[in-house]
Amino acid sequence: MRWPRRRHSVLPGFGLTLGFAVVYLSLVALIPMAALFLRSRGLGWGGFWETVTTPRVLAACRLSFGAALIAATINAVFGFVVAWTLTRYRFFGRRLVDALIDLPFALPTAVSGIALTTIYAPTGWLGRALEPLGIKAVFSPLGVVIALTFIGLPFVVRTLQPALEDLEVEVEEAAASLGARRRQTFRRVILPAVAPALLTGFALAFARALGEYGSVVFISGNLPGKTEIAPLLIVTQLEQYDYEGATAIAVLLLVVSFVMLLVINALQRWSGGRHARGA
Amino acid sequence: MGLRPSTAEPRWVRLLLVSVTLLFLGAFLVTPLVAVFVEAFRKGLGAYLASFADPAVLSAIRLTLLAAGIAVPVNLVFGLAAAWAVAKFEFPGKSLLTTLIDLPLAVSPVVSGLIYVLVFGLHGWLGPWLQAHDLQVIFAVPGIVLATVFVTVPFVARELIPLMQEQGTEDEESALTLGASGWQTFRRVTLPNVRWALLYGVILCNARAMGEFGAVSVVSGHIRGKTNTVPLQVEILYNEYNFVAAFAVASLLAMLALVTLAAKTLVEWRVAAAPASIFAAGEKP
Amino acid sequence: MSITVENISKSYGAFRALKGVSLEVPDARITALLGPSGSGKTTLLRIIAGLEAPDEGSGPIRFHQEDVAGRRVQERRVGFVFQHYALFKHMTVFENVAFGLRVRPKHERPERAVIDRKVHDLLQLVQLDGMAHRYPSQLSGGQRQRVALARALAVEPRVLLLDEPFGALDARVRKQLRVWLRRLHDEIAITSLFVTHDQDEALEVADRVVVMNEGRIEQAGSPEEVFHDPATEFVMNFLGHVNVFDGRIEDGKVTFASVQVEHPDAAHLHAGPTRVFIRPHELSLHLLPRSDSLPARVTGIHAAGPAVRLTLATEAGLVFSADVSQDVYRSLKVAVGGRFWVQPRDLRVFPGIADQTRD
Repeated sequence: MRWPRRRHSVLPGFGLTLGFAVVYLSLVALIPMAALFLRSRGLGWGGFWETVTTPRVLAACRLSFGAALIAATINAVFGFVVAWTLTRYRFFGRRLVDALIDLPFALPTAVSGIALTTIYAPTGWLGRALEPLGIKAVFSPLGVVIALTFIGLPFVVRTLQPALEDLEVEVEEAAASLGARRRQTFRRVILPAVAPALLTGFALAFARALGEYGSVVFISGNLPGKTEIAPLLIVTQLEQYDYEGATAIAVLLLVVSFVMLLVINALQRWSGGRHARGA
Repeated sequence: MGLRPSTAEPRWVRLLLVSVTLLFLGAFLVTPLVAVFVEAFRKGLGAYLASFADPAVLSAIRLTLLAAGIAVPVNLVFGLAAAWAVAKFEFPGKSLLTTLIDLPLAVSPVVSGLIYVLVFGLHGWLGPWLQAHDLQVIFAVPGIVLATVFVTVPFVARELIPLMQEQGTEDEESALTLGASGWQTFRRVTLPNVRWALLYGVILCNARAMGEFGAVSVVSGHIRGKTNTVPLQVEILYNEYNFVAAFAVASLLAMLALVTLAAKTLVEWRVAAAPASIFAAGEKP
Repeated sequence: MSITVENISKSYGAFRALKGVSLEVPDARITALLGPSGSGKTTLLRIIAGLEAPDEGSGPIRFHQEDVAGRRVQERRVGFVFQHYALFKHMTVFENVAFGLRVRPKHERPERAVIDRKVHDLLQLVQLDGMAHRYPSQLSGGQRQRVALARALAVEPRVLLLDEPFGALDARVRKQLRVWLRRLHDEIAITSLFVTHDQDEALEVADRVVVMNEGRIEQAGSPEEVFHDPATEFVMNFLGHVNVFDGRIEDGKVTFASVQVEHPDAAHLHAGPTRVFIRPHELSLHLLPRSDSLPARVTGIHAAGPAVRLTLATEAGLVFSADVSQDVYRSLKVAVGGRFWVQPRDLRVFPGIADQTRD
């Protein structure tokens, strides 16, 4: 039966709820964000370009993008191991570990920031072990990577877990019965099947890391040109009443966020489309 | 016979992966959490408790409760309205709306604060008008509340929308055919159907509202005893090298995080156990 | 014998799925493992494939005389077709079928052109040649099952094992695929063993039927044998519709309801209570009483079929069914409420507990 989808119309409240949702969202989020873009237009293309290509901004962007990329990669690798272990193996404390994965979501970023700084300081629990190796974790780009890895982990694990759970054992058995060894089954059957989820998790972790502020500012040391991330630069410029500079960097970050949002949506459609009609 | 099932890894691989998982999570997740409490109690219980006698800390707690007290109910209402419209009706632009709802999650917290400065700040759109009427939003409580509201917009809605979409409209339609009014249908059919997801959304929304740092930091102005929330107070104490007090206040937020995780786990068990509990209820005489 | 297993047991905790099963599967034939769910048939199939290991102390599993019990599934060269197809969703039909050839070690792997030709030949065999570049999600259920079959055949398996191969399909496609599988088998003649809970499927497709119940084999034989000459009460009950009456065996005679008949089986059975099995088509209706007949009244008629199924009830409230031809139905003018004398032309009794213990 296929007639136009009118069956929802008997329910009341459409106009009221949609109207409220749209007005609210516009007032709270869309109009203020439009303000950002309008403000940056005052800068002009030339002005914008000049602002975002100063050495200090470039260095901050390089650090932000680079560290976010490294952190998301670390999370993709270890997040996969964690998600795999949690879905496939039964071991003591598994449920506790599983609940703990969301800690970076739940822990306020300022708390994560000071805790990580304390641990990785040269006198801290883990910093003490790194110090003799000549590795400086605090007030260095490495510190930024550590903080961004911390906050990005749940994204990868939580997007991978359902994908791994959905994998039918039968598919792996089919591969085995066709002569594939375990490693081949993993590489040719399991990995491609969860690739969309893995990429989505990676993209989510990257997007979050790019804009992260609270957990980084304590551990990075905020040396201009060295360990200063882009979001921090916005705050610094705002404190110096350089609205134009702050706006320009914010627009850059926002555009990248939008692009990431589109990429993530496309990834989810990709994985959704392939599994449509439950083959 | 020692024949391993065809879909299992060798024992040493499993041991290795479990060890890597535990080590990685231990180093990255557990250590920071433990560190908060260890640092907070470094100088004993007395020093810990004394940290909360500071009027600035108390005022920060009050402000955080106020901001969350406004942001959570407001976004609860928004989440319900948005979920009802998106999940129960078809309309053009629906997927755009769901994407826009998620937008605050994708935006850097600092940018979230900045947009309000650009609207309400001294040099912003409404700045001159606000100043003329002697109203202050930025570097004042209203700005903090606004920034908190912004960053917590998606939490309730994104828990409700997928669940309500999955549940479809049959329950509501049958309630209507039985003579229930729209409001009765919503209150007695829809709401009970989504109560656990709703609770979970509220828990997450509250956690973020109380813990937000970046956005609030930009609009706050850090006026001690006036516009500092708990996370901002932690920053100030830490930057003043008052580590015990900083971690003592931080331990409050860490406990909030643990409660949030526990509640989340409980709600998940609840949802998983829901079908069973229906049977249990049915068997009662 | 192409597949021989001896004394296979399998327990899951306290549950004993297989209790010392021995089985022989003839070469180049289709054999059906038939039984209700929980009878252990799928477990047996998975153990033969190597997807599961039998309990300690189980006997050998032989493919063409060679003991493969210690071999892993990868080395057994079985073609396994799963109930829900288990196709690789991210691969095209072509890639799915080629998978088993492509994962071979380098020195055994056929050349690309050989793989190409082989896959296309197989797709032609399963009538899916035009679908090579589609993804599984773009196929119907029946097409997916045929891809799964082609994929299993690609590795040139020594035996083909199918787990409820038509279980996930709708009734019409199921029937078509049954006929098609039978014809395909006549063409390639590979030793095949398939699991089903559907008696029609087993009787129609298989050369040989193995009936399983509660982890044991009840009977193995040709479809005719198991249907017409069931060895146990369970097989009698499981295959086809049957009326069951409580009766007695005495002096070589079988007594039930008001009927007493001489029966060759009864002669060498222990006297005592028994159950009497009569298929609906083994009952005939008469207007007048005959010897060995019992009076009954028609309570229901189901005439939409090649034969007419009547539901009858005796005075004492015994309810049973009888099949009569459309001709008889018309000539006797059968109507609800009509009274007839019902005579069993054949019946079956099985050894009771007393007989088994005496043995």
